[in-house]
Amino acid sequence: MFVINCPFCGEREQSEFKAGGEAHIIRPKQPTELSDDQWAEYLFMRKNIKGIQFERWVHTHGCRKWFNVVRDTSSDKIKAVYKMGEKPPSE
Amino acid sequence: MRNKYSIFSLVKNAFSYHENWEKAWKDPEPKKEYDAIIIGGGGHGLATAYYLAKKHDMKNIAVVEKGWIGGGNTGRNTTIIRSNYLWDASAGLYDHALKIWEGLSQELNYNVMFSQRGVMNLAHNLQDVRDLKRRTHANRLNGIDAVYLNTDQIKKFCPIINTSPNIRYPVLGGTLQRRAGTARHDAVAWGYARGADEMGVDILQNCEVKGIKRNGDSVEGIETTKGFIKTKKIGVVAAGHSSVIANMAGLRLPLESKPLQALVSEPVKPIIDTVVMSNAVHAYVSQSDKGELVIGAGTDDYVSYSQKGSHDIVEGTLNAILELYPIFSRMRMLRQWGGIVDICPDASPIISKTSIKGLYFNCGWGTGGFKATPGSGDLFAHTIANDEPHKLNAAFNINRFISGDLVDEHGAAAVAH
Repeated sequence: MFVINCPFCGEREQSEFKAGGEAHIIRPKQPTELSDDQWAEYLFMRKNIKGIQFERWVHTHGCRKWFNVVRDTSSDKIKAVYKMGEKPPSE
Repeated sequence: MRNKYSIFSLVKNAFSYHENWEKAWKDPEPKKEYDAIIIGGGGHGLATAYYLAKKHDMKNIAVVEKGWIGGGNTGRNTTIIRSNYLWDASAGLYDHALKIWEGLSQELNYNVMFSQRGVMNLAHNLQDVRDLKRRTHANRLNGIDAVYLNTDQIKKFCPIINTSPNIRYPVLGGTLQRRAGTARHDAVAWGYARGADEMGVDILQNCEVKGIKRNGDSVEGIETTKGFIKTKKIGVVAAGHSSVIANMAGLRLPLESKPLQALVSEPVKPIIDTVVMSNAVHAYVSQSDKGELVIGAGTDDYVSYSQKGSHDIVEGTLNAILELYPIFSRMRMLRQWGGIVDICPDASPIISKTSIKGLYFNCGWGTGGFKATPGSGDLFAHTIANDEPHKLNAAFNINRFISGDLVDEHGAAAVAH
């Protein structure tokens, strides 16, 4: 259990949010061109990192907006929060 | 030769105040090279080593474990064993395990306290009723015992369930698998460890894997906290940490690791003599031999390796438990914990060769791996020894995520495992 600083609403309990998984997975621009391997990569393969992970969250019980979070998955400590479309922090 | 556990050894050791029991397994130093190394000393990993030694005559093998054996998810689950899965492939896999469970204590000369007390799955809405009836038929076609019970029969089988039509999610029916039940989870790890050790398997505890050495497309060995160990075959059975090991070998897996919680109450006199699971409200409960209620909650939806879960998950489960069993309203909970489970997109495991020669993965068991422990070890040992899957785990290959031939047990399984 942890607190997430929604970029639109401020600090709220994690239970108000829903996790959207790994961030920055780019949707294929030409789906018809994709091989089965590339589809598997896009749909199923995940980094599942133990450590610093870039991920998406949505404030389901608040503003209902999506945004990105940088979180250490080994301790659940949040390192940064940034809006959709913004450049991810380098550290 | 190791002394057999029996009533006579118990009496004999009573005379020395049980202080001279022989160690159940040795604590060896790693050799320079093994024919095969199993990464992960939980139930599945130890069972794999046991069957490799027993059925495939591979004696020069090691199990490496970063902590102590059975200290991960083997000791953290709610010990439920059943095989009433919908799809043919899953039914084959889990019933293979259930059949081994039935003779396991005798085979290992170690009491795993396997108790076929039955597992009941409840239906709370019309769709549940349809799904569970369909699953009962599918089970019976696969030779798995299953019966569908109506509300009165459920009340008769487990009288403490609140079957009033006025609760928020009334009990409309349910399934019962009588051969299903529970086992003592620690004993499973200890029994397999003792059996494997006796056949010459080295169990290396406090030995964390730091890297996997590759030579082109094949494996050469593992870097550990106790130095480099050479081997041509590596079987990874690392549960929640499977992706961590896969990343070391440069392999991509379709897994996400999430916290799954469970809790136990203070011990009370016998009150529930079966296992009751409920998918719609996500609550399941059984009673341990010590008298504690063993309650399983759900997973959190975010990736985490912290072995902690969110409080609201536990709260939701306890709300459901209290509505179904008002008699538990004054029970106090003693302990709560989390384990990290590796979940596949189709909620079925991977027991498979990989694109790297000599590297095998047994992972993705998600929230329901304990029940499969003996079968998983048997089939994974077969896969490692022959470099080919057994027919029972052929469907659980890693390429199904490319071919699209998934074994989708997400909605089909009884509860979130």
